Amino acid sequence: MTHIVVTGILLSGTYALIALGLTLQYGVARIMNLANGETLVAGCFVAFWLYTAFAINPIAGLLVIAPAAFAFNWAIYVVALRPLVRRARNRGQLEVDSILATFGLLFLLQGLMLLGFGGEYFSYAFLAERFVIFGSGYGLNRVVAFAAAVVIAAGLYLFLYRTRQGTAVRAVAADPNSASLVAIDVSRTAALAFALGGALTACGGALLSTFYTFNASMGVIFTMKALIIVIMGGVGDVRGAVLAALALGIAETAVASLIDPGLTLAATYGLFILVLLFRPQGIFGRQTA
Amino acid sequence: MQRRTLLKSAAAALIAAGVLAGGAQAQETIKIGASAPKTGPLAGGAAMTHWPNVQMWVNEINARGGLDVGGTKMKVELVEYDDQTSAETAIQNIQRLATVDKVDFIVAPYSTGLNIATAPMIAQHGYPHIATTAATDGVTEFVQRWPNSFWMLGTAKQLAEGAVQTIAKLRDAGEIGSRVALVHVADAFGLELVAAAKPALEAAKLEIVYEASYPLGTQDVAPIIAAAKAANPDAFIGFSYPGDTFALTEQAQIQNLEVGAFYVGVGTAFPPFAGRFGAAAEGILGIGGINIDDPKIKDYTDRHKASAGQGPDYWASAMTYAGLQVLEQAIEKAGTKDRAAVIEAIKTGTFDTVMGTITFDNNVNPKVWTVGQWRDGVFRGVAADGIEGAVDPVKKQGW
Repeated sequence: MTHIVVTGILLSGTYALIALGLTLQYGVARIMNLANGETLVAGCFVAFWLYTAFAINPIAGLLVIAPAAFAFNWAIYVVALRPLVRRARNRGQLEVDSILATFGLLFLLQGLMLLGFGGEYFSYAFLAERFVIFGSGYGLNRVVAFAAAVVIAAGLYLFLYRTRQGTAVRAVAADPNSASLVAIDVSRTAALAFALGGALTACGGALLSTFYTFNASMGVIFTMKALIIVIMGGVGDVRGAVLAALALGIAETAVASLIDPGLTLAATYGLFILVLLFRPQGIFGRQTA
Repeated sequence: MQRRTLLKSAAAALIAAGVLAGGAQAQETIKIGASAPKTGPLAGGAAMTHWPNVQMWVNEINARGGLDVGGTKMKVELVEYDDQTSAETAIQNIQRLATVDKVDFIVAPYSTGLNIATAPMIAQHGYPHIATTAATDGVTEFVQRWPNSFWMLGTAKQLAEGAVQTIAKLRDAGEIGSRVALVHVADAFGLELVAAAKPALEAAKLEIVYEASYPLGTQDVAPIIAAAKAANPDAFIGFSYPGDTFALTEQAQIQNLEVGAFYVGVGTAFPPFAGRFGAAAEGILGIGGINIDDPKIKDYTDRHKASAGQGPDYWASAMTYAGLQVLEQAIEKAGTKDRAAVIEAIKTGTFDTVMGTITFDNNVNPKVWTVGQWRDGVFRGVAADGIEGAVDPVKKQGW
């Protein structure tokens, strides 16, 4: 029983890493970023490259990956997405436009990774050691990724709820029009949220690469998972995303251990449907008009 | 006047250029089309097993002056398309190769699913279809339906029975007990293998103590290994794809699944598998295998390394190359680009390939490797149908 709970909690850390970035990008910057998974896989590749070519361990590699991904996503927002925000008359139009634009970005990033690394599978051994919790063995790399997920989620929470800039981010997430009335630079805040989301996703990728086998065309799997978690948690709410990740991680592990591993996907989508039926705005979502 | 001269000489130059270009084109080429995944879920496997062999084959033929088609040396011109691991796109690609590019021959696509999906289209245009990466039980039926198709990698039944026989062999030698944990990926490949494995296990008096499937793409397999471990098996069989093959092995190592036989694959036969698990890979069994002591395979491996910058895998890579050699030799034997004649040549001919001498028995290659085992950094064949050179399997000693 403890084995199921611990495995489930470790898995939820992985899911939180996959989804936190998209929460910010979709919830605050209002960009439904379909290239989220590609950003994550790019994080995997950079971590792999740093580790195999320069023997820089993936945790230290985050110091390079996070700022680089931040700058890259900032540039993408300013160059490609801000014009869409400017011309969009309402949220619906922006959503459609951003889906189309990031769909293109998905293929661009995937193509670049194929060009750089080819289509093969990649994996490397980092902290693939036995780590004992309550007498059972778990992968140390998963434990480390979970710890990092906790640190990232806590840091994000403190930033959003305890700082001025974070409050501005939440204000934009709640209502961009009203936010601009109280002297918040909405456009800059949205860029910040998008870039921060991209950086989080890339860091998640770097951590996941220590225990996943990945290749250049795997991004869409992560995007799907992230989307489910973000919508379940309530768009733009970090606490909701963490809670949804926890629910999915434990539910999947429990189903796999107690019923049948073949039903993990059924458990995921079952939970998803329940949330959509009874709380369509998500666990922490706000009721909107 | 001056101007007219200029125009004239320009025209003359153009004509001359045209004649020269025409002259260069006068050497007849043979157009070969190839469609396989470069993106999508199977891109990883195709980049390992399929594309490097196609490139190497074309380069080698052109380096020696081309194919000898009825006395004329023809260089190969390769037209390649990405099917995005989608059956629909793969079919469109074949259509395009046949009708727009008008290629002379087509290299079979990669994977069981894509080969079956494109078979009707390839048959419709009358091309020989030499499938080297498809392992399915449908071959007899497919040969009847598409007499232009040839199947080289064996059947799911052969592969699953090979796995079971290897474990039975270890049990009979007194190395392990007879409790088996059996898991598989829930798609056509996994289902076909598990359906063939279960009666074979029963016949060999091996007891299934844990059985489970998991969805395609799953890499979070800790609960599966934990449950398998709780059933206290002597052997573990996983019919898995590369991503889950690596994940199952890593979890078995971390949770210290103590079994005397650990079988996973597809993906076990990829050189990166040993790179990833190092000494822990020793003794791991997997789908595939080749005879690495065969000088032909050694030579092929060296050429592959030089050509692609990476070694071939220890299963379908060499078979893919052998399939291309069959096509090459059949064209030269038929001495024509006529597809029906080449199909006839494949049916009746004997071919000298890196996998040894190949003749088709009712369009099916009966000589296949089924199981390999990592031993001292190489993946040696331990079970095969119709081929000599298999070594005896050994018990896996811890992680």
